[in-house]
Amino acid sequence: MKPLLNRTDLARQGQWRPMPLIRDVRYRYLLILAVLAYFCLAFLSIDVNWTRVAEGMGRAARFLSAFLQPDFTSRSQDIINGLLESLTMTLTSTVIGVLLAIPVGVGAARNIAPLPIYLFCRAIIAISRTFQEIIIAILFVVMFGFGPLAGMITLAFATVGFMAKLLAEDIEDIDERQVEAIRSTGARWLQLMNYAVQPQVMPRLIGLSVYRLDINFRESAVIGIVGAGGIGATLNTSLSRYEYGTAAAILIIIIAIVMLTEYCSGYIRRWVQ
Amino acid sequence: MLSIQSLSKRYNTGDRALTNVNIQIPKGQVVALIGPSGAGKSTLIRCVNRLVEPTEGQVFLGDTQLTQLNNRQLRAARRRMGMIFQDYALIDRLSVMENVLSGYLGYTGFWRSFLRRYPQDVIAEAFRLLERVGLESFIDKRADALSGGQRQRVGIARALLQNPQILLVDEPTASLDPKTSRQIMRLIRELCAERELSAIINIHDVHLAQQFADRIIGLKAGEVVFDGEPEALDTDMLTLIYGEEDWNPQTDTEDDDSVQTQTPDPIRMGAKVAMV
Amino acid sequence: MPVRYLDNSTSLANAQWSAKTRKQQWLSWLTWLLGVSLFILCWKMISDNTLWVFVEDAPKQGADLISRMVPPQWDYTPKLWQPLWDTINIATFGTLLGIVMAFPCAFLAARNTTPHPLIRSAALMIIVSSRSINSLIWAMLLVTILGPGLLAGILAIALRSIGFVGKLLYEAIEEIHPTPVEAITATGASRLQVMAYAVLPQVMPAFAGISIYRWDINIRESTVLGLVGAGGIGLQLNAAINTLAWDKVSMIFILIFATVLVSEWISAKVRKAFL
Repeated sequence: MKPLLNRTDLARQGQWRPMPLIRDVRYRYLLILAVLAYFCLAFLSIDVNWTRVAEGMGRAARFLSAFLQPDFTSRSQDIINGLLESLTMTLTSTVIGVLLAIPVGVGAARNIAPLPIYLFCRAIIAISRTFQEIIIAILFVVMFGFGPLAGMITLAFATVGFMAKLLAEDIEDIDERQVEAIRSTGARWLQLMNYAVQPQVMPRLIGLSVYRLDINFRESAVIGIVGAGGIGATLNTSLSRYEYGTAAAILIIIIAIVMLTEYCSGYIRRWVQ
Repeated sequence: MLSIQSLSKRYNTGDRALTNVNIQIPKGQVVALIGPSGAGKSTLIRCVNRLVEPTEGQVFLGDTQLTQLNNRQLRAARRRMGMIFQDYALIDRLSVMENVLSGYLGYTGFWRSFLRRYPQDVIAEAFRLLERVGLESFIDKRADALSGGQRQRVGIARALLQNPQILLVDEPTASLDPKTSRQIMRLIRELCAERELSAIINIHDVHLAQQFADRIIGLKAGEVVFDGEPEALDTDMLTLIYGEEDWNPQTDTEDDDSVQTQTPDPIRMGAKVAMV
Repeated sequence: MPVRYLDNSTSLANAQWSAKTRKQQWLSWLTWLLGVSLFILCWKMISDNTLWVFVEDAPKQGADLISRMVPPQWDYTPKLWQPLWDTINIATFGTLLGIVMAFPCAFLAARNTTPHPLIRSAALMIIVSSRSINSLIWAMLLVTILGPGLLAGILAIALRSIGFVGKLLYEAIEEIHPTPVEAITATGASRLQVMAYAVLPQVMPAFAGISIYRWDINIRESTVLGLVGAGGIGLQLNAAINTLAWDKVSMIFILIFATVLVSEWISAKVRKAFL
């Protein structure tokens, strides 16, 4: 039998392998086995209709060729209407959402708000953040009827959760000494907010609002699928009619606008800071 | 052995880093390269293994003209030049052994190195080198778990595993305390003697340079202004390289923090106080 | 200290201070005016497209909705395990596929590892396109092309993940320390070896963190892919909504909520283990 050597002695003889990520051999093999088992099970449960996929290849080719020659004209009125609706929804929902998010965010900052208000505001944030925009959109469409209003409220609601959480974190991170300095001048609560808190969080708040504007536009393209207005509805219709040229045109427009807003928001954020 | 001929480097920004540098280094000679920050020391040794592309001039290693090689030939030539860095340049998240073995990368294919399949004799050699620098019990430690001096030893072992003919050493002691600095310099010196290696060592510490080098080259604003024995480096020469300064070690220790006078004492300047 | 007194006392009495100059003030008012009128214009467009009769009805509708949702139909749960399993598989396989494609993309898109500026712009283009389009839209496209089912969902998640993982990863690659790269290059290593030894170990923790984070997001997103026919629990949700079975809908919501919480917890744990 070969004598058991430790890694140093083995390395001296030129036998060396890197340390395994998990030391315990049993644990290592168990983990590998578990992962393999999951993949096998999962893979077997995905049943793919390959004939349907094969049929789809022709459509995929047609779609790709549509991307090379997108059709902006034949449904131009629908596209323009959808786009305008999306953009208006984006703008109004961001403005309303940010305005609502400011009190919620202030209320959700532990260093400023009393406990009951804190819990209430945190609950709002948690609900708004857990569910996808589209699920919220379904509920609001049922309540407010089809159209951009439901979409706007959805996006504003999602914006509140997103902005309030980040704003609250920012407020919790502010420099306490500045707050103390203003408080020692005998300032009222609102004055305190205005002089000590606002200057510290404002640049990031503006930056985040611009970022959220960007997100809201992307989301506005989606919630149209469930009837909440915007370019998503146009896209959905064009796809269900197999009008790939129009669909490609819409996608290209979305990508272009997102790129544009991303570029602008990057610029604005640099300018603010 | 290494021959640098009328080497110049101009960066894209227009800064002239090196102007017409000529240096011949015979086998086994340890050369210290001194000069103020920004004099082009780092650029010079990086022009030798072409981490920085020189603008003009030639560099020969043995018979190979390094400045004319294509990518593949350059990789083969780089194996013959070991490099040691100021901030160690180890891969923090890899183990000490992996760091040393990375010195063999120029000799092996991608997949073998990716799967860490190294020949037995290479691993044994890597281990011998680690033993030589006193780190044999650290082979499975992650590089970021080591102290500064230990990391620099790993860096030296990595360079030596390349089986180089020359060492290019960039500020080996700049991040180390005085004692460790001396140990590292002594180690490099000994290893050069054992393996008949030449070395170019960029170094800030004139003291260490004089103690451990066979020859000193002074660089100022990209030009060689001094080239000679360590003993020939006197205060006049230091003033030429670094600018006016009171080079007397006595006054240095006496008023360390005080602002030095603009005009040094003429008597001391003339006295040529030995630096060791 | 000599003190300089103002000899003209009237100037002190009339002293006015303002944070902005006259011109800046005008400009800021103008910006506000423009912004507010834009907002009102947008608002008007939306209100023109809204049937306010429905909106007046909204509180009643909302109350009605909630009364139908509570209590949730608990015994519907056994029928939801299979779709939930599918949902998790969509997220996992989609993430894996996305990572596999995002990985080379990120290396081609990072300024310090890209072989050529042209290739860099192409890779950036892929990343931006993938990021701009929501996974639901990808799913809608793929369902019309490949037909409804899990495959469309997996591909949709994968296509969306490329942009997310790719962007964060290439930013991480651009932030690595350059000296180890120099050191490995100096050993005579080839381009690929430099990537594997100097770049990869440095970005590995970021890469693992990003991937797990994206998996977490993908679990949420894959819960709704079924709305457009791309498999998972969203199919059941869609069916329940179409039949106005709101007690089933609320049951599905609870399950989604629980799944999201669990995935968030796992993701936080794993990320902590990696860092």
